Order: sequence, then C-alpha cells, then structure tokens
Amino acid sequence: MRRRNGRSAGIYRQQSRAAWFFLAPSLAGVAVFNAFPFADVIRRSFLDAMGKHGVGLSNYRNVWGNDAFQLAAVNTVRFLAVCMPLLVFTSFGLALLAFRRDGKGNFCRTSLVLPMVIPVAAIVLVWKMILCRDGLLNQLLNGISLPAGTAEGWETDWVNGAASFPVLVVTYIWKNAGYDILLWMAGLAAIPESLYDAARVDGAGAAARLRYITIPGLTGTFGLVVILSLVNSFRVYREAYLLAGSYPDMSIYMIPHLFSHWFLTLDVQNMCTASMMLIGAFLSAAAAWAAIRRIRRLYGDACDRKNRLTISER
Amino acid sequence: MKMYFGSFGSVRLRVTVRKILSAAVCLLVWIPVLLMLAASFMPEDELIYRYAEPLGMGRETVRAALIPSYPALSPYIELLFKSPGFFVMFWNSCVQVLPALAGQLLVGAPAAWAFARFSFPGRRQLFFLYVLLMVLPFQVTQVSNYLVLDKLGFLNTHLALILPGIWSTFPVFIMTKSFETIPGALLEAAYLDGAGEIRTFIYVGLPSGYAGIVTALLLGFIDSWNALEQPVAYLKDMFLWPLSLYLPNIAQDKAAAAFAACIVMMLPPVLLYLNGQSELEQGIAASGVKE
Repeated sequence: MRRRNGRSAGIYRQQSRAAWFFLAPSLAGVAVFNAFPFADVIRRSFLDAMGKHGVGLSNYRNVWGNDAFQLAAVNTVRFLAVCMPLLVFTSFGLALLAFRRDGKGNFCRTSLVLPMVIPVAAIVLVWKMILCRDGLLNQLLNGISLPAGTAEGWETDWVNGAASFPVLVVTYIWKNAGYDILLWMAGLAAIPESLYDAARVDGAGAAARLRYITIPGLTGTFGLVVILSLVNSFRVYREAYLLAGSYPDMSIYMIPHLFSHWFLTLDVQNMCTASMMLIGAFLSAAAAWAAIRRIRRLYGDACDRKNRLTISER
Repeated sequence: MKMYFGSFGSVRLRVTVRKILSAAVCLLVWIPVLLMLAASFMPEDELIYRYAEPLGMGRETVRAALIPSYPALSPYIELLFKSPGFFVMFWNSCVQVLPALAGQLLVGAPAAWAFARFSFPGRRQLFFLYVLLMVLPFQVTQVSNYLVLDKLGFLNTHLALILPGIWSTFPVFIMTKSFETIPGALLEAAYLDGAGEIRTFIYVGLPSGYAGIVTALLLGFIDSWNALEQPVAYLKDMFLWPLSLYLPNIAQDKAAAAFAACIVMMLPPVLLYLNGQSELEQGIAASGVKE
C-alpha cells in the first residue's frame, strides 16, 4: 500500500533516503535519552554494584528474594487485577451511555473526559476533603447510618489506613476512564450504522445488537484500551504519592514506591534488575495477547465460513 | 436517535433512565471540581472553619459547601500579588513544558511522517522499538537516564526535564497514526504538481495531520504539566521545582491561597482541552485504527 507498487528500485531507494532524513533528528535523541538508557539497564542487570564484573543471574535471585520487592510486586499485580477489568468495563459502559451518532450529548462527553485533564496535584486537596477522618465520605456513611466498627460511628482514615487500596482504585478510575471512553467512542463511531438497521429489520433487540454487532466490532479497540490502561497504571503513583506520601499503607506499596526508595540510595543494580523483570512481564503479556488473538482469528475464520451472512465492511 | 443500551421497557422509559444515569455520572465529575471552585473563593477564616482537616490544621468536621457563605476574591489576591513563590513555580512549569512541546513538534512530526509515509528497510522494527519505549513506565529507565543526564551535566537543571521530554516517543506514535489516515491520492497529487518531499510534508502533511499533532501536543502538555516522577528524581533545588511538585505543599505554606492555586494550575490544561476537544477526539480515534 504505502510502497508505491510498480515503480523502479531507484524510487524505492530515494524514498528510503528521504525517510532517514526525516527520521534522523528524532533517532539521534531517542538513542541518547531512550534507547541507550534502555540498553544500559539490560547490561547493568547482569553486572555487580560497581558495574564492572558480570555476576550472571545473582542480581535476579537477590531481587526476587527481596521482601520489599515481593510486597510491591504482589500489590501491583493485585492492583492491576482489580483495576484493569473495572476500568475497561466502566469506561465501556460510560461510552455506551454517552455515545450519540448525531454528535449530541456533548456536555456529558466533555464532563466524562474532564478528569483526564485535571492535574492530580490540584484535585488532591478535594480528595482529602472527602476522605479524611471527619470528611464527607464518613459523614455520608454516618448519615445513612450504616453500621460502623466504632461506637462514635464512621471514623475511617481512608487515605492512610487499610482502606487506601479501594480509594486508590476509585481515584485511578476517576482519572483514567476519560481516555478510554474516547477510544471506545471512536470504535463505536466506526461501526457502520447500516449493520444496526439491518439487525433491527431482522428483529434483533437491543441486547442482541450489543452482543452480535457492537462487541464484535470493538475487539481492536479493546486491545488498545487494555494496553494504554496498563501503561497508565504506573502513573497511579502520582495519586498514591500525593495522597499518602512516599511511605503509604502496606496495601498500596507498589513497584513505583519501591523504585523511588531504591533511587534515593542509588541502588542501580536492583533497579536495573527489577526493570528487566518488569519488561519481561510486559513482553510476556504482549506475547500472550498476540497468541490469543491468533487463536481467535483461526477460530473466527472457521466460524465465518459457516455463516457468512454478515456484510463485511473491512 | 439510536439506542445501544438497555433492553427493557418502552423507548421513553429507556431515554429517561439514560438521562438520569448520565446526569449522575456527570455529577461525580463535577462535584469535586465545584467543591474546589467554591473553596477557592472563600476568605481565610471561612476556609479554616470549613476545611481545617484537609488543610492539615488538626481534626475538625469538614463542612463542605458548593457556595461560599462569604464569597471573596482575597485568595486570588493573596496568590497573585503576595506569593512570589507561586510565580516562580508557575514559570518553572512553563519553562519545562513549552520547549519540550516545541521540540516534540520539530523532531517528532518529521519522524512520524517518515514512519507513516515511507517504506524503508527496518521501518517495522524501528516503529516497534518506539512503541516499546513508549509503553515502558518511567521507572524502568529512571536510573540509567539519571546516569546519562549526570554525564552530560544536565542534572538539577531545567534541561533534565526538557531534553527527555523532546524525545519522548508517545507523540511520534500518535502523529504517525494520524498521518497514516491521509489519503494517498492527496500526496500523489502534490508529487505530480512537482512538490518535493519537504514541501509535501509541510504543505500537505502538516495541515492534514493537524488533529494528530494537536492531540500529541495536548496529551504531552497534560502529562508534563503533571510531571511528578521526573522532577522528584532529577531536580534537587526547590527553586527549580514545577508547580506540580510545589502545589501539594502549598497547604502548609499558604493555606488561604491553596484552592485558588489549584484552580490556577488547572486552568491551562482545561482551557487547552476545551479548545482542542474535537481534534483530540479525532486524534485519539486515529490512534485506535489498527495498522
């Protein structure tokens, strides 16, 4: 497609030269500030503290056995396991709720995306207002007279106590749903309206249309939503740090906290090794994802051959 | 109007349910914002009466209000005329964010153009590397980036934030996706009219990829304006700190102006978003297209 077919090799070479010309400034900087540090991380994870001698996998064993690392890793996995499905489904539901083909309902859409652009540092004071021990949340819980643990009623410290985990989940979703909603809406807008009309003529109800048109039409979007949410999940450190400081409750002590502590003592070895583990985790997640998609595509082809009634647009 | 939601009851009932739900969700967004806005117009004694605990002045019941009892401009006056520290931090934020964005445009847009429009050996692999670097959390390369910046002598200067910002690969990804949506015929026409590669890029590529460029810059702005990890790691001196790092401490420093400062910090990204909303939606939509 991009390659202008049928032209001579000379044009191809010329194109290639132009491409490198456009790329050069970016490549130079990316090499210095991104790729080189990245390669350096790989190298150092196999070296001793001075960065002189190779130590094989002993760094990996050390980090793996490290208590703080285990705590942070377990918490991070738990956080992701709770947040990702919640975020994906919440944003999907909200996108369905606010999506209009005719472009109406703009106020609602704007409102839903707004948290994305509000600086965490600015909103943190309001979170404290709601979550502190005499804050709005406890007042609300007392107001509806939900039974509480103490005689004085609800006095939970939502920010620093064990309850900080759900609080972090909620603030994360509040902040990040907007971006995913925009992605979902773009996916919804790309589904041709004629499919819905055809289904309606055939007597398909709203649930059937959701099941057989909307959801299959959004598989590509789903992948992107998951990837970008995963990437953004590490930014939850901002909320965690600004709400609870650098020594939060055990339940929300996560990988970024660990890194910032190691960074204070410039524990290069541990940081590089843990980084490699993170990269490994990312890559294996990506590989698993690719494998699932391949299997589904094979399976889907088999199904498609059976009932090729759908009007395929792509 | 189309219904994609709910399978129960008459159309009218569904519309009502939908409206109520939308309103409830919007309220969840607006209530925190309005609480902040109201608090920013409260004089100091009302602030302390209502929000002593969140401001870190001991335990007292929070008496929240969406409308101040004694509306006053004094917090803003305090902030804008009597808080030189705030201006320094605001300026620091500008100095760290704006050059990085300009650089992303100058360096990232041509790179995105190369990825989107040319075929050359290694294109796929290189783009994969860019995406991988974009996906990695900041913490992964934090320490070796620190060592690089140390070698180059940029630690504890604005450049420690600006330079890595310029060569962030996320804007390249967004702009590439957007350039890919330009119809090939448009470019063929430009070539046939005798425009060279550079002219085609400037006069056809940049205007047609406008939405993607705006999206990349807007998201870049939001991210850098919120920067926390980078300044914590690379800036030692407090007088270099950006607003995002200083704001959480302002409550102890100048409680009277704390909420006004939050509003002022919030304004630039919110105004930019409201202006670029349709471009942002287009740009994000383009980024969702499979390659």
